[in-house]
Amino acid sequence: MGDAGIFASFLAAATTLAVPLALAALGETVTERAGVINIGLEGSVIWGALGGALAGLAAGPYAGLAGGAMAGAAAALVFGAFAVCLNANQIIAGAAVTIGSLGFTGAVFQSRFGATGLALELETVSPWRLPLLSDIPLLGPVLFNRAPTFYAACLLAPVLWWLLFRTKQGLALRAVGEDPDAAHAAGVRVVRTRMLAVLFGGFMAGLAGAHLCLVHTGTFSENMSAGKGFIAVAVVVLGRWNPPGVLAAAGFFGAAEALQFVLQAADADLPYPLLLALPYVLSLAALAGWFGRSRAPAALAAPWPR
Amino acid sequence: MRLLRSAGQPALAFAVTLAVAAALLALGGHSPADAFGALARGAFGSWNRFVSFTLVQATPLLLTGLAVAWAFRAGVWNIGAEGQLHAGALAGVALAVSWPEASAPVLLTTTFVAAAAGGAAWALVPVAMKTRLGVGEVITTLLMNFVALFLAQFLVQGPLRESRGVFNMTDEIPAAAQLPSLVPGTRLHVGFLVGVVIAGGLWLYLSRAPGGFRLQVAGASPRAAAASGRFDPTRVVRRAFLASGAVAGLAGWIQVAGVTGRMYEGLSPGWGYTAIAVALLGRLHPGAIVISAVAFGALGAGGGAMQRDAGVPEAWVRGTEALLILALLAVDRGFGAAAARSGRRGAGARG
Repeated sequence: MGDAGIFASFLAAATTLAVPLALAALGETVTERAGVINIGLEGSVIWGALGGALAGLAAGPYAGLAGGAMAGAAAALVFGAFAVCLNANQIIAGAAVTIGSLGFTGAVFQSRFGATGLALELETVSPWRLPLLSDIPLLGPVLFNRAPTFYAACLLAPVLWWLLFRTKQGLALRAVGEDPDAAHAAGVRVVRTRMLAVLFGGFMAGLAGAHLCLVHTGTFSENMSAGKGFIAVAVVVLGRWNPPGVLAAAGFFGAAEALQFVLQAADADLPYPLLLALPYVLSLAALAGWFGRSRAPAALAAPWPR
Repeated sequence: MRLLRSAGQPALAFAVTLAVAAALLALGGHSPADAFGALARGAFGSWNRFVSFTLVQATPLLLTGLAVAWAFRAGVWNIGAEGQLHAGALAGVALAVSWPEASAPVLLTTTFVAAAAGGAAWALVPVAMKTRLGVGEVITTLLMNFVALFLAQFLVQGPLRESRGVFNMTDEIPAAAQLPSLVPGTRLHVGFLVGVVIAGGLWLYLSRAPGGFRLQVAGASPRAAAASGRFDPTRVVRRAFLASGAVAGLAGWIQVAGVTGRMYEGLSPGWGYTAIAVALLGRLHPGAIVISAVAFGALGAGGGAMQRDAGVPEAWVRGTEALLILALLAVDRGFGAAAARSGRRGAGARG
C-alpha cells in the first residue's frame, strides 16, 4: 500500500468512526443550547442500537434506522420527563437513564436472543454512490460512496447552524439556554422548547446507535455504545456548541482513533492510549480558553422554573 | 433522630422500584418471586455470602459514594469519581510494586497516602478550572474520567506492565501492601472498615465541626456564604472537591490492595457512576450511605445468583438501580429541587 493508499484508508476509518459521534453530538448541541445537559445520551445511543437492530430485523435496514432514532427519542423522553418536566437534577436523571438503558437493553436482548446472545446478523444499509463525485481519484470513494448517515451528518451541521443562528426559533431556543426567565418573559415556552430540544437530541443519538448496528457492524451486542454518548458530550465542548465546529470536532475524535490503526499497521511504536486521550485533553484546553473564548450556554444544567 | 425521619421517602422509592421491577420482570416472562428470592439468597443467604460477596462488593461503592456525597454536599457536582478512583489505584500500585522491600506498616501507610494524593491530584484540574476560570465541573470531571482510563491503559501496557510481559496488567503488589482480612475465614478485607470509619468521620465533621458547617452553607447557598463575609466559599469548595477526589482515590487502591492484588484495564465496572446512585439513596448522609452501599452491594452480589438460579439476566440489576434513582427523584421532589438548585452552578460556565 502506497502513502496515498494509507491516507485513503486512514480517512475512511476516521470518517467511519466519526459519523456516530457527529450524529449524537449534533443532537446534543441543540439540547445543550436549550440549557439542558443530557448525560443520558449514552442510553439513547444503546436504545437506538437495539431498536435499530429489532426494527431492522423485522422490516429492513431503513426501517431500522428510523426505529433506532425513535427508540433513542423514547429514552430521551424519560430523561426529559424527569429533568425538564419534574425539574429534577439533570446530572442525576441523565446518569439514571444511562445506567438503566445499559441494563434494560441487555435484558431485552438476552430475553430475545438467549443468554449467550448468539451472533445476530443484520442486513446493512448499502452505500449511496454519488455519480461523478465518487469517481474522483482517492477521495471520491471515501467521501462520496457512503451510507446515508454519513451524508446526513455532513448536511445537518450547516442546516442546524442556520436554524440556530439565523431563524427566530433558533434565537428563542438559545435564549432558553442563556436566560430562561428572560425568554419566558418574552413569550417563549421554556418547558416545551427544552423538551423538544431533548427529544431531538435523543432522536439523533438513537440514529447514531442504529448506525452502529445497521451500517458499521451489522450486528448488536450488549454495551456496544461503548461510551459514545459520553464522548459526544465532549465533542460538543470541543466544537464549542456550534454545529460546524461540532462536526469538525467529531472528525478529530474519529481521526485520533483511526490513527492508531494506521500507525499499528505501519508498525510505529507509539503509546496509543495517550494518543486516544489527546482529544479529551484538547477539549479541556478548549474549555480553559486556550483556543479563544469558549463558553457553555449560561443556563446549562439549570432547572426552570427555579 | 433525623436519619430515621428522613428514611420515609427512600423507603417509599424502594417499594415503588420493587413494584415496577416486578411488573417488568413479569412482562419479560420471568417470575418476580423467583428472581427476588434468588437475589436475596445470593446476597444474604448465608453468613459467607453476605460477608464475602455483599460486603466486599459494597466496599468500593461505599468509598466512592462517600466521595460523591462529600462533593455534592458542598454543591460540587463531581462526576469524576471514576477517574479519581483509577488515579488513586495507579498511584498506590506504582508505589507498592516499586518498593517491595518496605515493611508492612510503612507500605500500608504510604500507599494509602499515595492513593489519596493521586485521587486528589486527578481532581486538581477541574478544581482549578472551576475556582479560577469559572468552568463548571460536570463536563471537566467527565472529560478527566476518559483521560484517566487511557492513562491507566497506557501504564498497564507500558511502564507498569507485569515483568512476565504476558498480560496487560501490573505485577502483583507485595504481600506487605495487601490489606489484612477483616473477618477471618471470609474474603472481607479491612477496606470495608476504612470506609465505615471515613463515613463516621465525615458524619462528625459535617454535624460538629465549623468547617463542616461552612461546607454545607457553601453548598446550600454560595451567594449567602459569600455575602456573610465570614469565610471564603471558594476555599471551602476547593477543599471539599479535593477531599472528594482523595476518597475516590482510596476506593481504587483499596480494591487493588484488598481484592485484585493487581491493577489492570477495567478495574472498575463503573463504580464512580453508580456512586451517584449510592450517595443519592443515602440522601448524601454519611451514615445512610453505609446502608445504601450495602444495599447496592447486595444487588451486585445477588445479581449473579439471580442469573444462575432463576435464569434472569444480571443486566436486570442495573436496570433496577436506575429505576431506584428515578423513583427517588419522583417521590422526593424536595430533594430533587434542592439538588437541582445547587446544580445551577454545576455545569453552567462563567458566573
